Amino acid sequence: MKKTLKSQIHSYPEQYELHQQDIIRGPITRRKFFKRMGLGIASFIVVSDVVSAEIMDHLDPSLAEDTIASWIHIDESGKITVFTGKVEVGQNIRTSLAQVVAEELFVEVGDIHLIMGDTDLTPYDRGTYGSLTTPQMAPILRQAAASVRELLKETAAKEWSVDTGGLQMEKGIVFHPSNGKRLSYAQLSQGKKLFQQVNTQVAVVPVSSWKIAGTSVPKVNGRSFVTGNHKYVSDMVLSGMLYGKILRAPANGAKLKTLDASRAEAMEGVTVVRDGDFVGVTAPDSPTANMAMAMIEATWDRTPQPSRNELFDYLRKTAKNQPEPKPEVTNALNQASFKLDQTFTIDYIAHVPLEPRAGVAEWKGEKLTVWTGTQRPFGVREELQKEFGIPKENIRVIMPDTGSGYGGKHTGEAGIEAAKLAKAVGRPVKVSWTREEEFKWAYVRPAGVIDVRSGMDSSGKVTAWELHNYNSGNAAIQAPYTIAAKHDQFLPSDTPLKQGSYRALASTANIFAIESQFNDLASENGADPLAFRLKHLQDERLSNALKACAEKFGWDKPREKGHGFGIACGAAKGGNVATCAEVSVHPETGAVKVLRLVTSFECGAIINPRHLEGQVIGCVLQGLGGALFEAVDFKDGEVLNASISGYRVPRFADIPVIEVVLLDRKDLPPAGAGEAPIVAVAPAIRNAIFEVTGKKINRLPMLPSGSIIV
Amino acid sequence: MKINVNGKEMTIDVTANPSLLEAIREQLDLTGTKYGCGEGACGACKVLVNGSAVPSCITPAVSVQGKKVTTIEGLETDGELHPVQQAFLEVDAFQCGYCASGMIINAVALLDKNSSPTKQEIEDAMNGNICRCCTYPKLVEAIYQAGNQLA
Repeated sequence: MKKTLKSQIHSYPEQYELHQQDIIRGPITRRKFFKRMGLGIASFIVVSDVVSAEIMDHLDPSLAEDTIASWIHIDESGKITVFTGKVEVGQNIRTSLAQVVAEELFVEVGDIHLIMGDTDLTPYDRGTYGSLTTPQMAPILRQAAASVRELLKETAAKEWSVDTGGLQMEKGIVFHPSNGKRLSYAQLSQGKKLFQQVNTQVAVVPVSSWKIAGTSVPKVNGRSFVTGNHKYVSDMVLSGMLYGKILRAPANGAKLKTLDASRAEAMEGVTVVRDGDFVGVTAPDSPTANMAMAMIEATWDRTPQPSRNELFDYLRKTAKNQPEPKPEVTNALNQASFKLDQTFTIDYIAHVPLEPRAGVAEWKGEKLTVWTGTQRPFGVREELQKEFGIPKENIRVIMPDTGSGYGGKHTGEAGIEAAKLAKAVGRPVKVSWTREEEFKWAYVRPAGVIDVRSGMDSSGKVTAWELHNYNSGNAAIQAPYTIAAKHDQFLPSDTPLKQGSYRALASTANIFAIESQFNDLASENGADPLAFRLKHLQDERLSNALKACAEKFGWDKPREKGHGFGIACGAAKGGNVATCAEVSVHPETGAVKVLRLVTSFECGAIINPRHLEGQVIGCVLQGLGGALFEAVDFKDGEVLNASISGYRVPRFADIPVIEVVLLDRKDLPPAGAGEAPIVAVAPAIRNAIFEVTGKKINRLPMLPSGSIIV
Repeated sequence: MKINVNGKEMTIDVTANPSLLEAIREQLDLTGTKYGCGEGACGACKVLVNGSAVPSCITPAVSVQGKKVTTIEGLETDGELHPVQQAFLEVDAFQCGYCASGMIINAVALLDKNSSPTKQEIEDAMNGNICRCCTYPKLVEAIYQAGNQLA
């Protein structure tokens, strides 16, 4: 338990996001190939001169990532296949990526087939996280598709001895507008691999001319979900497959003392597998596997572990570094005519993906295939490589479209467990976690303590700002406001529970603290919270988001009796968001109702308006849970509310009136949208409660009981 | 044990006392019905038993003997989607889609009793179903639209 943070990061691959402020700038593939390619001048040779006759049934591992064939293949029937290591967990990128490729190739979205997150078929990818798919993968695929388009044109031009300039394309055909000649993409490419480099200088279709991208194309495989036909990993069945269950410790840090598995071993069809503290069973069906597990008698040595009631002290006490004040900020604070010093606390929350972790594993000799719902298939391949000591070429990880992640599925536990059992019993094994296992043995969003100190001069200008964040992370730690003396610092701590990524990660915590503090400064100054923010804000995009939100919401309208309005804004993962909230507070019981949430969002050019709106709504309502009532309760290293009935998530009855304003900036490159819109919900509600009651609630969740009094 | 699922008589083995969810998923390979919580609190596993939406994860398979069970796979007729499925598709409500089967089954049961529910009635009737992607407003819209079509 007393591991250093460094070793935790090493052993918990889901934690690498915690220390990064702006992962948009991070590398995407191991070769950083765009950077490299940008230096060269790509030259094309017509297809027939260079293609091999190999059929594209698997990706050649030696295939350089800068070749078209790594990303796009057109087979002999003209079917267009796109390969990406990104995965689909409900962000609807299978649709949006198909849209940008279809746009470049002058075909319908339905003509594009995406193979996603398959380590044998798709180029290496670090993972689907950080809202990076749209800003990083979409441009790669646009360029690859545009390169294919130009190549097809060049091939046709050579065939017809004409210039490429006059050639046109539609519905998978290259044609000459005057001489009547036509060739299909299939005829031109002949199903061969395109070994040419992706041309990074190629002209992509400008956003202003988009006809398919930029429109509300429905979820491409939507029908398979409404019919129940889609096979999630938890639905998969392989021939001869057994069902596996894993013995779990009663709490973090517990070590197996004694084990009596004799009664389970005596059951027909049951095998007990033991490897140190790893104990599992396999059985022909899951009721039998459950019964066998229940018959195992185990005793455990427990070690003292932290509890929730000491969480925030614990995070302070175990901080790896001490706060380092900056002299200019200390001076500015000393000179300020008004000072405000507040502390904000953030509980652990759980992702609760509706599909708990699942993995199916199959060994064929030394070769291992694992199907698992992970946001990092290539990362899971590395985990398996370490676990079994076999070369990565012998391991294939496949990620079918999965029942959500929200940052909670960066790891591959169920897949690794299934692979261990499968190896021991010599048959394919499926391990599907229960909800309780998901709550107890996955990982949680970091808890945190945030101290903010600010100073303001007599004219109402904020002059000093200091923020120390214990444990919850670095994302969006910098206040977006113009303040002369500013300092912020992230102080990692020991975490009582295993923690990792989460939708928008620490942005939610940091922006809650920043936007609450800034709102209180406005109030102390007697200023309108919107005007006060705008006065301190130079960022045009964030200012525009604020104004658009306030306008749609009717910020200046008179409040009904007992009602309060609140506003907040923030920038995260390349998106700019503002939320306005209207709440009512019952005069006697203190019960708070969130009546209305209006959110404006700007993430550059919009690829799919309806799906973008869906992401914003999803973020806002998921954010409502963390704002009001979600918290992981734990004692002595054991999660106490490890069930849906014990851990409340938003339901139909919780939804207020929701409005979304999408700001389409066709002049700006598209950014991701699955995370940023979550960040302003909590402070907007907090500030609305403050407006009507004067009460400052500086903790997340704010209202576990539903009332400001209890 | 004989069991009637989606209009067909089938046989399941109840020796290990499976839940209805385990029996239909593992023995009949009807995997459209999902596990979500194991305590009847999330709605992902709902199926129709004699027309009522019940959580199959806490329903013993032996308790449905002689009753009619309908799963998500049984809603289509001759390749035509049920109007509720069609409405969900048109509204494009789903993100990860894992809650879809339970949502649709519960909505079918609701609209069978009340084909033109108000939005408030929809929220009340659907409150036992969780969508963790929180697409709730779109789900309400889809059910409202399906109701209009059925009425």
